[in-house]
Amino acid sequence: MAELTYRDAVTRGIAQEMERDTRVVFLGEDVAKAGGVFKTTVGLYERFGPLRVRDTPISEQAILGAAMGAAMTGLRPIAEIMFADFLAVCFDYVANQMSKLRYMSNGQLSCPLVIRTGNGGGVRFGAQHSQSIENWTMMIPGIKVVAPSSPVDVIGLMAAAVRDPDPVIFHEHKALYATKGEVPDGAIVDTIGTAKILRPGRDCTIIALALMVPRALKAAEALANEHGIDAEVVDLRSLVPLDTQTILNSVAKTGRLFTVEENPRLCGWGAEIASIVADEAFWDLDGPIVRITTPHIPLPAADHLEDLALPSAARIADKVQRVLNG
Amino acid sequence: MASAAGATTGSDRLRNDDIGLDRRLELFRLQVEIRDCEKRAFDLFLQNMIKGTSHLSIGQEAVAAGFGVAMREGDKSFCTYRGHAHTLARGASMEGMLGELMLRDIGLMRGKGGSMHLTSVEHGVFGSYAIVGAHLPIACGSAWRAQYLGDKDVAVCFFGDGTTNIGAFHEALNFAAVWKLPVIFVCENNLYMEYTPISDVTAVKHPAADRAAAYGLERIVIDGNDADVVYRTALDALQKAREGGGPSLIECLTYRHSGHSRGDPAKYRPPGELEEWLKRDPILIYRQRLQEFDVEQETIDSIETESKRKVEAATEACKASPPAPVELLTKDVYADGGWAWRN
Repeated sequence: MAELTYRDAVTRGIAQEMERDTRVVFLGEDVAKAGGVFKTTVGLYERFGPLRVRDTPISEQAILGAAMGAAMTGLRPIAEIMFADFLAVCFDYVANQMSKLRYMSNGQLSCPLVIRTGNGGGVRFGAQHSQSIENWTMMIPGIKVVAPSSPVDVIGLMAAAVRDPDPVIFHEHKALYATKGEVPDGAIVDTIGTAKILRPGRDCTIIALALMVPRALKAAEALANEHGIDAEVVDLRSLVPLDTQTILNSVAKTGRLFTVEENPRLCGWGAEIASIVADEAFWDLDGPIVRITTPHIPLPAADHLEDLALPSAARIADKVQRVLNG
Repeated sequence: MASAAGATTGSDRLRNDDIGLDRRLELFRLQVEIRDCEKRAFDLFLQNMIKGTSHLSIGQEAVAAGFGVAMREGDKSFCTYRGHAHTLARGASMEGMLGELMLRDIGLMRGKGGSMHLTSVEHGVFGSYAIVGAHLPIACGSAWRAQYLGDKDVAVCFFGDGTTNIGAFHEALNFAAVWKLPVIFVCENNLYMEYTPISDVTAVKHPAADRAAAYGLERIVIDGNDADVVYRTALDALQKAREGGGPSLIECLTYRHSGHSRGDPAKYRPPGELEEWLKRDPILIYRQRLQEFDVEQETIDSIETESKRKVEAATEACKASPPAPVELLTKDVYADGGWAWRN
């Protein structure tokens, strides 16, 4: 057992899989000799060599296209798109190509690859380098969507993503890179499509993802200490496949549901969960489902404004207690 | 290179021929079969037996045939929505191709892909892509895999002149050149990007070849209606790629005899243009070529007769094929064979 940063967990997760399987190759902008702009891939170039860890030009279409062509013909590529916002310039590959390949070819072709990307805000980068775009990727049939919140989950879900036979979008959260967590020694392999109950509780269910997970946990502590509310916190960990059973079971127990989403409000993942719960667990609910989200705005760069935009632990706690006590 | 000049006989020419009779007959057979299949596809449209859209290669058969004969087993084709010809040229069956256009169970993808997405992995056809330019980077990826694993196959990527103005074209060429990938980019310049003359929207005369220098590549423009020229150019580029010499960009000048797609009567063409190009019909050219080589008329006729018979038989097989079973609707979204996005 050792304490590791989220950032170093990314490196360790990739290294673990590259060590295991020579078909795993890695490409992206500044990822090899420079070790990545977020320093998430330091040492991989030196360890696995220039044939397996490759710097690319600033050509996001070429990066995802090449990863796809390599995956279709036998490799297991990991491609980095530096900022998740940049997926917009190569979204064809996500929306039209890799996600539809297996279906359109009637199963003749498959695309086992991982797209790693720096998602989310809270780091004062402004509107084009801060978005939480996991909901863009969630709505496309044929891909899987993962967003870990802790170092141990980064490693285990990275391993699962690399070994997965389908394309996986792996959302790393930029504001979590410096956070630390305990990580066991040895290889770690997790399962995509499994949510985790991080804090059991009786009074309400708070579902969160990525950066919103530590904030939801902090809010739950405040709710317990200051309001006597015992909140259950669920870390979704992946949006596709969605662990609906864990959500429904939790709602059956608590009777109240809150989602905490970093994405702007419209069509955020919480809306889909609210819809599922309303359809399938309506009679378990003791009150309305409440979504706590970033407002439907671009993100500002100014720190005090960005802090107002993203759901904070204080805002989560305040909203939950007002709804439950109101 | 064999020369057809002088007073030599066809037999003399054959003796000195780098292509050889067998391959010449194969080049002819492929062009004729592609032509007949495409014409049949057009007829089936008129009979409402083919739905959706379709993009025919009538007039452009020499490019597909030249590469089809030059490529070897294991080489991979990446095609566009105008991909029927290239799919047949790698050996996929007529009933697989026509059946897919007719969206029947007998089709290459059992009707799940349709005319624009023809795929036959067993024949090296790694997909037909309907978003312009998308498959150039994908072909780079296949070539990267070959380079990394030491495989000797080459990725060949076919596209139209219109593709040269989209970003993915330029990203792929630079990427392939920098990584020295075994990939061949084949531009079929048929003078029109959909409905608009390519010259109206492109800063250079040759939309592909005049961009080659920007990526450190040789400028190659060839007669895309002469299957021999295409075949020889393809062989050179394939050999170069296999030997680690990196990518090639080849611009093939050709012409589509019909409109862009099913709904296009091609009224934008200046009068007389089609007629001029019909004089340079690749099949006409190749029939004459075979005659110059003293190939017996009977042999030529039998290839043409056999092609029509095969198209007829394939059409009947497709008509007899049921539509795809409904369970295919949700099949193969994910690797487990299903479509489950939740538990």
